[in-house]
This record gives sequence, structure tokens and C-alpha cells, in this order.
Amino acid sequence: MHGLVNRSIQCFIADTYGGGAAWQAVVAHSGLPFDNFDALKAYDAALTGKMIASGSAVLNKPRAAMLEDLGTYLVTNPNMNSIRRLLRFSGATFVEFLLALEDLPDRARLALPDLDLPELELIRTSTHGFELYVRSPQTGAGSVMAGIVRAMADDYGALVVMDVLPTRPGEECIALTVHDACFAEGRAFALAGGV
Amino acid sequence: MTSALPHVDKSRVIALHGSALDRLMPMHLWVGAAGQVIGAGQTAAKMLGGDIVGRDLFDLIAIKRPTSVTTISALLALVQTRLKVLLQAHPDLSFTALAVALPAGSGVLLNLSRRANLLPILARFELTLADFAPTDLTAEMLFLLEAKTAAFNEYDKLNARLEAGRVQAETEAMTDTLTGLHNRRAMDNALARVSGEPNSMGFGVMHIDLDYFKAVNDTLGHAAGDQVLLRVADVLREETRRDDTVARVGGDEFVVLLASCNDLDTVSKIAERIITRLEEPMQFDGQSCRISASIGTTISTFYDALIPEQILSDADKATYVSKHEGRGRHTVFRPEGHPLN
Repeated sequence: MHGLVNRSIQCFIADTYGGGAAWQAVVAHSGLPFDNFDALKAYDAALTGKMIASGSAVLNKPRAAMLEDLGTYLVTNPNMNSIRRLLRFSGATFVEFLLALEDLPDRARLALPDLDLPELELIRTSTHGFELYVRSPQTGAGSVMAGIVRAMADDYGALVVMDVLPTRPGEECIALTVHDACFAEGRAFALAGGV
Repeated sequence: MTSALPHVDKSRVIALHGSALDRLMPMHLWVGAAGQVIGAGQTAAKMLGGDIVGRDLFDLIAIKRPTSVTTISALLALVQTRLKVLLQAHPDLSFTALAVALPAGSGVLLNLSRRANLLPILARFELTLADFAPTDLTAEMLFLLEAKTAAFNEYDKLNARLEAGRVQAETEAMTDTLTGLHNRRAMDNALARVSGEPNSMGFGVMHIDLDYFKAVNDTLGHAAGDQVLLRVADVLREETRRDDTVARVGGDEFVVLLASCNDLDTVSKIAERIITRLEEPMQFDGQSCRISASIGTTISTFYDALIPEQILSDADKATYVSKHEGRGRHTVFRPEGHPLN
């Protein structure tokens, strides 16, 4: 698994659950041979699975809920602002953002050719209804995506109701209803703000 | 395939609603034959100051390349040529543009595009994604710029970590763990460096062998021995200058490289002072212990060719003489055939 993914999980655990101690507990529980992921290295995928399982056990949080929090963290934490900004480049409105989500893995590969994000497919089921299919060998990818989408809805100021439904192994479905695309004022976003 | 298509006259005119034009090209300017702006895409209007209908094109922009152009007829001669355009109100911002003639001599359509660095125009005009056509690669370019910045930040951090690790490893590889003095490898490097300098100022090399150290180790134990070595290291640091190199090269052997100092009187004074200070009794767990040192010195002026191994070996020989003659003393190496002999 790409170091960036592992590094993000590490930062999430440390930043969200009381600093270095929580992370060190996860390191000890999962038997990681080191306590610091490098964002620019590749790691064995099994390490990521172990780290997530240990995180759930040590923090006493159901796996899906923890992963959804991870997704929210990726968008909302100030340390991760670049991820939020990159996601905002997908569209000027939340619905545009949704419609452009399928391009996200390709866009990510523009910058990091070896970063494999889950495959995404969006189906519009009604005027306000969408189903986002998330396909990944790593179970729980749908939960992370749900956290990201929920946080991005807040970011755009859209009122959205959503549910994560398992469909078959390797696939999860996020069912979304966009009630009001401009329910609240979204967070300010300046195109040139990050560089 | 082509034969199945209806014949299309190249001179055919298509009509586009103004709002469709706006969507396709938000940075276009529609200019009449007299040079007045008839319409503008929302992004062009934003950058040129809002309500620009009726204004003269050349009051708003300046066409710089391929040549300076100030009339519509001159501009019409440059259709299908890549133009470089500046905004009159923001002459630091340049754009690439393309002009096409409108039918029946009714004017010019000019489409602007920001090529190289987008960021200044985004910030100055507070542009958003809605200011660009969805088919425009601006969002992709910004995405890449942003991703590149994030990646470079990570590389910088990685580089800093690696550099810190390298410096630490290098320091450790050159340091004697117990005393923090340099080790033999560092001394070899330092000596090779000064020996290789074509305009060497001259230098002295002092080999110091502790006397009675084994007795301290045997009677008071290794912990006491370590304390003595730390004390010796302190004395050597205090009695030498910053530019000198002090190394522990063996259990109870030290070498001092005296930079830019080949004066035998000075070298001898330093050696005597070191011996005097090392002979001061040291306390360890309420017990007093005493050591001394046998020192041998050589200086660079003794040699025609500076060979580090030879210099170290000669300093060592002189130390041996000090030992042999009763310890606690300093001996200068006596080169054969040298006028000092």
C-alpha cells in the first residue's frame, strides 16, 4: 500500500485520538516493525490491514465508524488541507463534485502514478438520488469514501443524507440523496490558495 | 464515409447564442469593426474591469506579439496567429490569444487564455472553477500544481530526515563513543587533508601514551578507568585550540594534530603543560589515582614529502623514547640527517 495512505492513517490516529500515545499503542498492538510511515515509500498491503484492525481494537471503535472518521479527517483536518483542495478542484458545486468523482483515481495517478485508489462508479438514480459504488480489495474503502463525501458535502454547504450498503465482496455502495445543494454557506475556496 | 455527409460549405456561418459562446469561451471578447467591445465572456469581463461593452478594445488590452497592433484591420491580418496580449490595467499579466474574423467584416472575436502561471490571475481576479469552461484544462493544471507542491513538501521533509541521518551517521563514524573525541578514522582524514594541502602552513603531530593507566584499571576497575579517560579528554580539549584535532586512537593512546603549528618550542610547551595537568591526582570513589603521559612529537618541516603513515610512525617512535627514558616526559622525533641532529 502506498506510504501516503499509511501515513494518513497514522496521522489520523495520532491527531484524533490523543496524540502519540494512541498511535504508539496501535503500533505495539499491530506489531509494526517501526513507528513512523514515510509518505514516499511503498509498504506491504498487509501492514495497512493490521494497522486498521489494531486501531479499531485499541481505540475501541467499530471498524466502519473509525474508517468513516478517517475519511472525514482527510477532508477537514488542517494538516490535510491539500487533500481537501485537490478534491475541490473536481467541481464548482457538490453535484459537479459527485459527477466528477469517477475521474478521481485517474486524477490521483496524474500526480502519483503508483497510488491505487478504489474504483468509483456513480449512478444517478433520480433527480436528487445517487449511488456511488466503491470497489477495492481493501474492505472498508466504502466507509472511508463515505466520510470523505460527507465532509465534502459540508465543505460545499450541501444538505445530503447518505448510507453505506455492502453489496458484494470487494464492493460497497454509498446511497446519497442531495436535498439541497446550497443548504448552508460552504467553506471558502480560492483556486490559488494552496500553492 | 465523407461522401455520406451533406456537403458543407466552408464559408457557412453558424449562429451561436451569446450565452453559449460565453459557456464555451468565458475569456472571449467580441469586438465590432470600429474596435468597440460588443460583448465579453464573464471571465474576460471580470479581468477587464466589469462593464466593458462599448469600450475601445485597445484601451483594454495591448497586443504585443507577433507585432504591436493598434487597429482592427491590423488585427484582422493576424487571424490564426498566436498573439501575446497584455491587460492595460495589469501590464504584468500576459495572455495567449487567438483572433478570428467575424462574417461580412463585422469585427473580430478574440479568445484569451492564460498559459504558463495561472496563479496570479486566479488570486488577483478571485476566479473560481465556474470562471473556466469545463473542457478547459485549468482545473487539471491547478490540481497538478497543488499536487506537485504537496509532493515537493514531502520530498523536502524526507530530504531533511535523510540529511540529518547522514550527518549523525557521519559524526558517529568519526567519533570515539566514550570520550566524544575524534577516532582514528577522523585523525587519518584530518592528517591526509593537511598533508595534501599544497600551501600547508606546517603542522605538528603529537602522540600521547598514558602512563600507569593499566594500574588504575586493574586496581580501581574499568569504571574508574573510563573516568580517567574522560578526564584526559577534557585536558586535551582544554590545552588545544579549536582548529586542532584531538583523537583517541587506542585504549590509552591519543593523537593531537596541531594545525598551523610547527614551532618546536611551542609544541614542547603544549606537551609539558599536558603532562603537568595529567599528573594532577584524580579522585574516584574517595580514592586518589595518578597517571602521567609519555609524549612524542614530530613536525611537518622535518619532511620533504608529507606521508601521513610516516609522520604518525615517527611520532610513535618518539613516544617510545619517552617511555624508555622513564615516562612522564616529552620527546621530539629526531630525523636522520636533519640539521637539528
